[in-house]
Amino acid sequence: LFQGHLKSFLICDLEIEEMFFKFKNFLLIREIHVANVASTGFCQPPTSAGGQQHESHGDLRSLSSSLFIIILHFLYEIMAVHGPVVKIHPVVLASIVDSYERRNEGATRVIGTLLGTTDKHSVEVTNCFSVPHNESEDEVAVDMEFAKNMYELHKKVSPSEVIIGWYATGYDITEHSVLIHEYYSREAPNPIHLTVDTALQSNKMNIRAYVSSQMGVPGKTVGVMFTPLTVKYVYYDTERIGVELLQRTRASPSRTNGLTTDLAQVASAAGRVQEMLTTVLSYIEDILSGKVMADNSVGRFLMDLVNKVPKITAEDFESMLNSNINDLLMVTYLANLTQAQIALNEKLVVL
Amino acid sequence: MCFGPFPLHQTMASRKESAASGSSPLETPVKQIQIDGLVVLKIIKHYQEEGQGSEVVQGVLLGLVVEDSLEITNCFPFPQHTEDDVDFDEVQYQMEMMRSLRHVNIDHLHVGWYQSTYYGSFVSRALLDSQFSYQHAIEESVVLIYDPIKTAQGSLCLKAYRLTPKLMEICKEKDFSPEGLKKACIGFEIMFEEVPIVIKNSHLINVLLLDLQEKSTVADKHELLNLSSSNHLEKSLQLLMDRVDDMNQDIGKYNTYCRNLSKQQQQKQQYLQRRQQENTQRQSRGEPPLPEEDISKMFKPPQAPPRMDTLLIAGQVNNYCQNIKEFTSQNLGKLFMAEALQGHSS
Repeated sequence: LFQGHLKSFLICDLEIEEMFFKFKNFLLIREIHVANVASTGFCQPPTSAGGQQHESHGDLRSLSSSLFIIILHFLYEIMAVHGPVVKIHPVVLASIVDSYERRNEGATRVIGTLLGTTDKHSVEVTNCFSVPHNESEDEVAVDMEFAKNMYELHKKVSPSEVIIGWYATGYDITEHSVLIHEYYSREAPNPIHLTVDTALQSNKMNIRAYVSSQMGVPGKTVGVMFTPLTVKYVYYDTERIGVELLQRTRASPSRTNGLTTDLAQVASAAGRVQEMLTTVLSYIEDILSGKVMADNSVGRFLMDLVNKVPKITAEDFESMLNSNINDLLMVTYLANLTQAQIALNEKLVVL
Repeated sequence: MCFGPFPLHQTMASRKESAASGSSPLETPVKQIQIDGLVVLKIIKHYQEEGQGSEVVQGVLLGLVVEDSLEITNCFPFPQHTEDDVDFDEVQYQMEMMRSLRHVNIDHLHVGWYQSTYYGSFVSRALLDSQFSYQHAIEESVVLIYDPIKTAQGSLCLKAYRLTPKLMEICKEKDFSPEGLKKACIGFEIMFEEVPIVIKNSHLINVLLLDLQEKSTVADKHELLNLSSSNHLEKSLQLLMDRVDDMNQDIGKYNTYCRNLSKQQQQKQQYLQRRQQENTQRQSRGEPPLPEEDISKMFKPPQAPPRMDTLLIAGQVNNYCQNIKEFTSQNLGKLFMAEALQGHSS
């Protein structure tokens, strides 16, 4: 009965409601099975039971945990999200990747603390630091002293940042994660758990956030479930400019990139605008020749675009342009003059 | 103006020995600087969050030296100095931070420091002192100057500076009088040397960037092509004028000093002449000559004004002028683009 349900989950392509129904069934069936032996719950609860019971239900637990993970990944994209929106700054992600690259020999994943600010509907993650930890089959040890120390140091620089959760690299949520999450829920109310898949299991770096909630039948065994949250990337304006610069290292083979000079920057910005214009033009031509259906909202945007170029009479524009150019030239002249003056002064003193 | 973070001499002692016993000091031991993308993001974030009101934000750069280039792989910010933080120990903060970072395998050699700047005004005595103490302890250290206002205008403005060897010598001697500076024949142009920067990202970070680009929304503000220039120009020119005023005052002081010196020389000459005349008169009359008085005690030479400030001001003025010229050239380009756009539609 038990294995039959498992197979059905793995093979077929189910609707959400159906899946939920079967999931509930599965839980009930397992509930009966569990009630007979009073073992630990689905995911390991905070206070773990005796060792022997673990072994006898090892296969049950591992099966159920893998099943749970399959369901979770299936549901991640589809399920309605309850809970705060997680806004991440790119500096946090870069930090996580960097600490993963510098991990100790033999460690398969890295964990650390997330710092940031919260408000009613969202959590903004602005900083993080990694925390050394040891993980093996049965146990996990996190250096909590270190975490506390680092948090104190960070607080001195930015007093408004608080601990809002923790991160781990890797694809899955393991049982150890639950323990670590437990610890962090002592530090912060309702902590966020962030996973970054640095092993690139699905050819992408899946960045996901979870929040924990109680699950199970009240009164009997209670477990912990991680519910996913929406993740958004937010940037400060300057951050966006920085990230754009960093994007360019993807193109060069040696992964390096120099900072450009002033006029070259204007030229490249102009180039970008030109590219965008050509894309828009080709789209319009497609519509005119009937290849693509015309879309009214896009048409309105195009009208806006064309109207944005201000209609000024030629003479007015000439005079405006000339006065601006004169201003700039005058300032350049003054700057050059000043530089010549100080150079001269330098030489006179030495005489 | 607060001082920069202090180098830790204890941990650096062993490195200094190896550096001294190694090859002879080159003209420019650092030809290029390689910065990780992470460092750039961290510096931007630090200024954005903590630096809005106050003047500057500072922090320490960590990394390593690879042949003739300096690699900066991480950084951490320094808290602001406030008067009521009497018991705050900077050195202790730095040491604890570095010790903790060592546990997570982050390079714990600090190779420099960074500072944000307001419209390019960073050439000051404090910066000079900090950079000197850094460069004295670690030969390859640099100071990274991050200009947030210019970055907000469209492109990252991050520059790395070192003190030239000549300036290092002068700072060592602490001889800032006019003669000392004349001897070293140092000008404001050879105070700081700029080192080219290259940004490097690891493969994994490239994957991350790819992911980010797909998922994040397109920026709706393209500041680089903004035509309005008057605000920025006004502020820059204001700062330039202030500095030029300072320079004027300084030059005035130096001029009075020179005049005083020459006047004193004249007075000395006159006095000696009179003395001689009197002596010959007395000799002719048969009286003993007047005792030779100590001339130097009578005519105390005037205090030579220190020239280091002038150098700094000149350097700062030069920097302002450079920035203004860059800005105006960019704006000229933009204006011509706008003209092209108008011509096309009309």
